[in-house]
Amino acid sequence: MNFDLSDEQKMLGEQARALLADRTPFDRLRGLIDSGSEWDEPLWRALGEMGFLGVTIPEEHGGLGLGALDLGVIMEALGRANAAVPFMSSIVLGAEAIRLAGSEAQKAAWLPKLASGEAVAAFGHAAGPGPAFAGGAKLDGGKLSGSKGPVADAGIAHVAVVLLDGGGLALADLDQAGVTRTKLGGFDQLRPHYRLDFDGAAAEAMPGGSTAVERLIDHGAVQAAFEAVGAAEACLHMARDYAMERQIFGRPLAGYQAIKHKLADIAVATELARSNAYYGGWAAESAPGGLPAAAAAARLSAIKCFEMAARENLQVHGGIGYTFEANCHFYYRRERLLAVHLGGRGYWADRLLKAQPGSQAKAA
Amino acid sequence: MDFNDTSEEAAFRAEARAWLAAHAPAHELPVGTPLPDSEEAARGRAWMRELYAGGWSGLTFPKALGGRGLSGAEAVIFAEEEGRYHLPKGPFTSIGTGMALPVIARHGTDEQKARFIDATLKGDITWCQLFSEPAAGSDLAALRTKAVRADDGSGDWIVNGQKVWSSWAHLTDWAILVVRTDPTVPKHKGLTFFVVDMKTPGIETRPIRQISGASEFNETFLTDVRIPDANRIGAEGEGWACCMTVLMGERLGSGAHRSGIEPLLAYAAATPDGHGGTMLDDAAVRQQLAEALADEQGERFFQARLRTMVSKGENPGALAGMVKLAYAGRYQKTNGLALELRGLAGIAPEADDAATTDVQYDYIYSTVMRIAGGADEVLRNQIAERVLGMPGEVRMDKDVPFEKLKG
Repeated sequence: MNFDLSDEQKMLGEQARALLADRTPFDRLRGLIDSGSEWDEPLWRALGEMGFLGVTIPEEHGGLGLGALDLGVIMEALGRANAAVPFMSSIVLGAEAIRLAGSEAQKAAWLPKLASGEAVAAFGHAAGPGPAFAGGAKLDGGKLSGSKGPVADAGIAHVAVVLLDGGGLALADLDQAGVTRTKLGGFDQLRPHYRLDFDGAAAEAMPGGSTAVERLIDHGAVQAAFEAVGAAEACLHMARDYAMERQIFGRPLAGYQAIKHKLADIAVATELARSNAYYGGWAAESAPGGLPAAAAAARLSAIKCFEMAARENLQVHGGIGYTFEANCHFYYRRERLLAVHLGGRGYWADRLLKAQPGSQAKAA
Repeated sequence: MDFNDTSEEAAFRAEARAWLAAHAPAHELPVGTPLPDSEEAARGRAWMRELYAGGWSGLTFPKALGGRGLSGAEAVIFAEEEGRYHLPKGPFTSIGTGMALPVIARHGTDEQKARFIDATLKGDITWCQLFSEPAAGSDLAALRTKAVRADDGSGDWIVNGQKVWSSWAHLTDWAILVVRTDPTVPKHKGLTFFVVDMKTPGIETRPIRQISGASEFNETFLTDVRIPDANRIGAEGEGWACCMTVLMGERLGSGAHRSGIEPLLAYAAATPDGHGGTMLDDAAVRQQLAEALADEQGERFFQARLRTMVSKGENPGALAGMVKLAYAGRYQKTNGLALELRGLAGIAPEADDAATTDVQYDYIYSTVMRIAGGADEVLRNQIAERVLGMPGEVRMDKDVPFEKLKG
């Protein structure tokens, strides 16, 4: 048994982390918000040039053909930096949906462009209030109608993979007359969401759609867990660093047990979540039968650790944490998005229990 | 990353499995009715003898000292295979192999190693631990049991004091003991470590009446107990370093206990909710069970990461305390939930409801998990200080001679 990342995976993660630390400091995030930018386009170009976007895209379509753990270390770095790029939408969900469910022609048309960053994909799984995974759209004779939303990054995307009534997937070019994009309120100021209205838009069915959806969602959950773990660790270290510097009642804030114990609990929750994310990444490649349970556990523990970390990081900062100039708020907002964007706690609790042998009575 | 055995590990597992299949069944404890303590301890000794005879003792212990010198990974494999049988293992075996042996191997003389190591591995000597005192638990170095040299020129030590929480002290042969030999220096510096024969005159062991109803812990009174200087481990004043060796073994050993979640899931799935479904239909129940499962899996895989570190020769240090902290709290929560799901039947079960009786015991015992082997609060301090690099606690007693401290 060897439960550790390979040296290559560690190096890949380090490279991603170094690139992001250099290109997307917090002041840049503030600048993006102030200028009303949809995303950090130069950063996206840089990620494409360095090959990060094509990590899991097959080599014949311009990618590197690596696995879920390789993708995971990049997601962890993106989560840590709170980067304003559509990586989850375009690579983790969009490209993976096309790889798993698309026709050869669909793969050839889109995967190379997604790998280079020339095109961006969005993934529409929700349909208004209610369940995270819903139809709301129909494909009839190559014409797509209905509404999907909120869809992350749909303002900048060229193509969308949408979940249809009945559980299949369709692929629709977004730059056409039958598609209307309406920007929705943006709690996460660095990941905009849209409603997509389709009025007889040209679209194609994805042949492997209905069988690939569960696998795709599990895959997305594992990667979302990596993202949340990176973000939680960023909050933990931010809180620690601030508490070490801040003097209160004659000594560092970090010396008080009220702070030490809080951060120790977050550190434990983060390590448990990281362990579950690693296992999810391993199961996705090497034990697909165990992926549903692994993905659900990873998702649940990632939600838990990031929630604790985002809230307590701001709390440790005190009043300064409530200012735009401090950096807590980026994560405080992102956390709520990650807590719900691919199904929240209730959804993943159900999936985890249904994957247990002892709950078959319920699952049946 | 690979969860499967390497070919060497698979071969080792097959060897262990075959040996256990031939030898373990005869040693299994009966299910349900617990044996009297003395019988359980005797069975434990017999299983240690069997392990020794078969060459399965001291797996990670150095070859030069009579162990097999295997890797941590192989020890884990053997523990997994051994865990398939309900064998008489407990403090009466593990204090010897997990605490006394490491400290003797690291701090003992050649004579002490020759005298104790082989005898412990083969079960001829079993051990208890005389560390904690009524006023020295998490702050172990505050202990007051004292040893002074006998005034007859023999070099022997005369020990007086009281120890507590000594598991199985009434049924074990020897004890590891830490006492104060110099009250004029700060508290960590005045301690010395001994091994002592539990049959020495002046040692009196009284069972503690515990909240569980059991009495596996004792208080041990030491009155003019004479210990030869040959039974001192390490130099005078080096007792704290010896304790650290012992406590590191205690921490790494924790965390491999039953989780209690699967039976709870089965119980909820099989129990009607009064509305035509089962208790597993309740969203709140599902949420709590799922979170416990996710935590339990996280602990298991975190433990796997630490074992990988150990197998690569790295020291997990305070990371090991994270598993223990997570496990202990969840164990209490899970058993609390198990009682709650049963409603009043959890408080007052029918006489033949052994599963509920077990849950009741585990809920009571979970309090021990959160205190022993590093209390939650001590572990949180260690994680904050050693993993996160935060400042140590304000210490009022650091450079003060022990005899000047208040208390």
